[in-house]
Amino acid sequence: MDATVPDHRADRSFASPSDAELTRLVADLGVALGPDRARSDPLELALYARDAGVASGRAAAVCFPRTTAEVAAAVQTARRHGRPFLGRGSGTGLAGGATPVDDPVVIVTTQMNRVLEVDVDERFAWVEPGVLNLDLTRAVAHLGLHYAPDPSSQQACSIGGNVATNAGGPHCLLYGTTQAHVLAAEVVLPDGTVTVLGGLSPDQPGYDLRGVFVGSEGTMGIATRIAVRLMPDPPALRTLLLDFTDVDAAAATVSGIIADGLVPAALEMMDADITRMVEDFVGAGYPRDAAAVLLVEVDGLTHGVDDAIEIIRRVGTANGARTVRVAADATERNLLWKGRKSAFGAIARIAPNYYLHDTVVPRTRLVEVLRGVYAIADEQRIKVLNVFHAGDGNLHPLLVFDGREPGVMERVHAAGDAIIELSLSVGGVLSGEHGIGLEKRAYMRSQFSPDDLHVQAGMRDAFDPDGFSNPHKVLPAGSRCGDVQSLPEGVWV
Amino acid sequence: MTRVGAVAPALSAAEVAERAREIAASIGSSHGPVVAVGAQTHWEVGGPVPDLEEALVVRAPSGIVAYDPAELTITCGAGTPVAMLDATLAEAGQECPLDPADPAATVGGVLMAGLSGRRRLRWGPLRERLLEARFVTGDGRIVKGGGPTVKNVTGFDVCRLLVGSLGTLGVAVQVTLRCQPRQSVALWTVGPTGVSAADVRRRLFNPSCVASDTQGVHVLFEGHADDIDAELAVSGCTPVVAGPIGPQGPWRGRISVPVTALRAVVDGLDGLDGLDGLGALATSMVPAAGDGVTVAWLAEWGVGTVHVASLSAEGLLAARALAQAHGGWLLREAGRLGPAGPDGAGPSGVGLDDGFGVGLPDPQIQRRLKMAFDPAGRLNPGRIPL
Ligand SMILES: Cc1cc2nc3c(=O)[nH]c(=O)nc-3n(C[C@H](O)[C@H](O)[C@H](O)COP(=O)(O)OP(=O)(O)OC[C@H]3O[C@@H](n4cnc5c(N)ncnc54)[C@H](O)[C@@H]3O)c2cc1C
Ligand SMILES: Cc1cc2nc3c(=O)[nH]c(=O)nc-3n(C[C@H](O)[C@H](O)[C@H](O)COP(=O)(O)OP(=O)(O)OC[C@H]3O[C@@H](n4cnc5c(N)ncnc54)[C@H](O)[C@@H]3O)c2cc1C
Repeated sequence: MDATVPDHRADRSFASPSDAELTRLVADLGVALGPDRARSDPLELALYARDAGVASGRAAAVCFPRTTAEVAAAVQTARRHGRPFLGRGSGTGLAGGATPVDDPVVIVTTQMNRVLEVDVDERFAWVEPGVLNLDLTRAVAHLGLHYAPDPSSQQACSIGGNVATNAGGPHCLLYGTTQAHVLAAEVVLPDGTVTVLGGLSPDQPGYDLRGVFVGSEGTMGIATRIAVRLMPDPPALRTLLLDFTDVDAAAATVSGIIADGLVPAALEMMDADITRMVEDFVGAGYPRDAAAVLLVEVDGLTHGVDDAIEIIRRVGTANGARTVRVAADATERNLLWKGRKSAFGAIARIAPNYYLHDTVVPRTRLVEVLRGVYAIADEQRIKVLNVFHAGDGNLHPLLVFDGREPGVMERVHAAGDAIIELSLSVGGVLSGEHGIGLEKRAYMRSQFSPDDLHVQAGMRDAFDPDGFSNPHKVLPAGSRCGDVQSLPEGVWV
Repeated sequence: MTRVGAVAPALSAAEVAERAREIAASIGSSHGPVVAVGAQTHWEVGGPVPDLEEALVVRAPSGIVAYDPAELTITCGAGTPVAMLDATLAEAGQECPLDPADPAATVGGVLMAGLSGRRRLRWGPLRERLLEARFVTGDGRIVKGGGPTVKNVTGFDVCRLLVGSLGTLGVAVQVTLRCQPRQSVALWTVGPTGVSAADVRRRLFNPSCVASDTQGVHVLFEGHADDIDAELAVSGCTPVVAGPIGPQGPWRGRISVPVTALRAVVDGLDGLDGLDGLGALATSMVPAAGDGVTVAWLAEWGVGTVHVASLSAEGLLAARALAQAHGGWLLREAGRLGPAGPDGAGPSGVGLDDGFGVGLPDPQIQRRLKMAFDPAGRLNPGRIPL
């Protein structure tokens, strides 16, 4: 980094507020939003000290706006008091994105949960950020439409959180992640003003600010209204279960299907232990003795779907699939999916703690990478389960352990490091959908050079020149010159 | 794993890296404007044309760096002609629907121009194609944005920012694109008479393009032959030899309007008949698809794009005013596409040299983004007026 670098202030830190300052802050937030919607009692703050990831922090205050104007007022109030702020949806994030650092005002969108407008002809909806992902699809189901990105957490996570993390899900293989489904976002910018990024027109003059905001993990302001694309329900939809006596064969089938010229709507893989666990938990009809299963979905028009089924059957059989089962009806299909979507619940039954990783590798490298993941887990004596979006090479190795066991955390972290290193070494990336947040900041340097990080820091600064919006997330310390860092307990860098 | 097709020259990663270093060095050892040049098919768009005599002119390398059909991604030099990319992908039964007006256009030029082709309705906007970019910034940094895998949320989305940036943020050297299997059949059809484009679209699941012009409704189907037959039956569309006037037609401007305002804009364009500018079109247009038909505009339904043609600058100005009145804007089309107007004014006539014709949204953020990538303002000064 040289002397021509503009003076970046976005990575600044904020000193802890005094009790008197806190009292004044909460009082002012109460004036802006109503006293019942600005809180700071310890119990409440504890609820917002972390997301579903591992790191925890501390909020100065929590507030629950109901309108864009109230979000803007909360941001302005925080800034007037010299406090950073943090937008939060449902708190299901896994990367510590919603973990408060530097005592921010946490602005929770759960009370902004209305679907504002649905345009059936043009297939889009304006929604508030707190609308839950699955609720949106439910709200438009009777119109023959759905919202395509379907994270496994879709019953709980918010559209605002999905936008901020560029969330993915099984059906993003064919239809793209959240980025491809956001037309516009009304945003309260870090300076407290309101703007609309993107729009209902196909192209905007100038730079694609909408595209930069999506996936920015709350560091570029708070989305208060979002225009999302809705997709027509496909006329034909078939779900297949392939089972294998060998993990390599299942992984080879994944790249074989793509190589054969087919991109299914979804292509998910589960290995032996998780398949058995899920079967015990929900009875989805998975074979208990399989080394791995693939859950594949194809959709579209009838003949194309029929052809796709034949391709999957052929490639699967050629790779040694023991059975290829096509769900006979909606009940069977829903049950197969229920198994996949209950995977995390099933795990909670066997181990008190788990640590879910998220990297992406080229799909043609799946066989060797999966072998590597098992070897790493063996070496660290940690149990690993794999349930993941195989079609796009998005690994989710799940390390399960009992946190009370002495020394186990070191081994869990060592395994995590090794998995990341392995993924990057075959040309993969750090995160496919959970994001960087706090969790992976330090690893950013393994994927990006100082110059790469410098321009990313500049993007953050363009939206938030004073560094008030969700400080210390995404970029590692020192992405710019002269960084000072303070990190919460439990964060390893 | 890299498999490079016989139709395109291979380009090694080392050669690309070397070229990037050369570009960075030449930026570092000069002081004036830096202009990235592709095939110059989009040259006069987005602001005044930089004076190439005064500028450091840089070109991206051409050739395929890596292509493994099983990954559905391709990495190439940003200077690779789209025709060459298409041919390489076609060998493996794949495609990347960049669909530029002129196949001589370079991959980097198309991405930097940022405009999507005719098949956007089904395959999505151009910006969804770019997975990773290697580029040189205005202050001579060699930067990588994004990542080579089909899914990636690591860090801020540099690739989305680059698409449509018209060479004002960096000189793209190498790009990785997301491809897709080529559909077995592609068929242009015309809609049944008396049925509106919106109604035709409602009857269909996923047509690749639903367009309309003064002649009627045009629908592009891609997919399985039997599925297309079934879609023809439900929609009443009938196959034709050629589609509507293609992107290489007489288009002089490209309107972007909110999808919800498309109907009103199309009606308005029809209404312009009485005026000087576009009014002349109905009677003096360039023949389409060889059958003597004339058109003045072509609207893409479900997308919000209208291609307009006019023989005078006034006609385009009227169309621009109409677009702006409906919350949209018009980008003039220029360069080599189509003939100039009879009065010589043509596409770059009076009042149309102001880039986008509307103020940029959130200009402060735009300016700061520019600063981050090009602090001294050396890259394509004048383009994307900030
Ligand atoms: C069991 C389980 C399964 C999961 N499966 C998936 C999966 O399949 N795919 C996937 O992508 N993720 C998955 N996740 C992760 C998580 O659900 C997603 O990241 C989700 O998008 C987070 O949404 P949220 O509303 O919970 O956001 P939060 O956790 O509240 O916040 C996440 C980030 O978004 C920011 N944010 C939230 N709302 C706004 C807003 N309105 N404006 C600006 N920034 C905002 C926050 O600051 C934070 O940085 C899973 C999580 C769990 C626990
Ligand atoms: C009205 C209109 C309609 C259009 N319709 C379509 C369409 O339907 N489909 C479509 O795909 N395109 C469309 N275009 C865009 C255009 O056809 C192509 O994108 C164009 O061909 C660009 O390629 P080129 O190599 O000729 O770039 P050039 O004309 O050489 O350059 C275009 C711009 O990109 C910059 N640039 C070029 N190469 C680089 C590089 N390596 N790094 C950084 N910057 C670079 C240049 O500086 C310049 O600003 C349309 C354009 C207009 C104006």
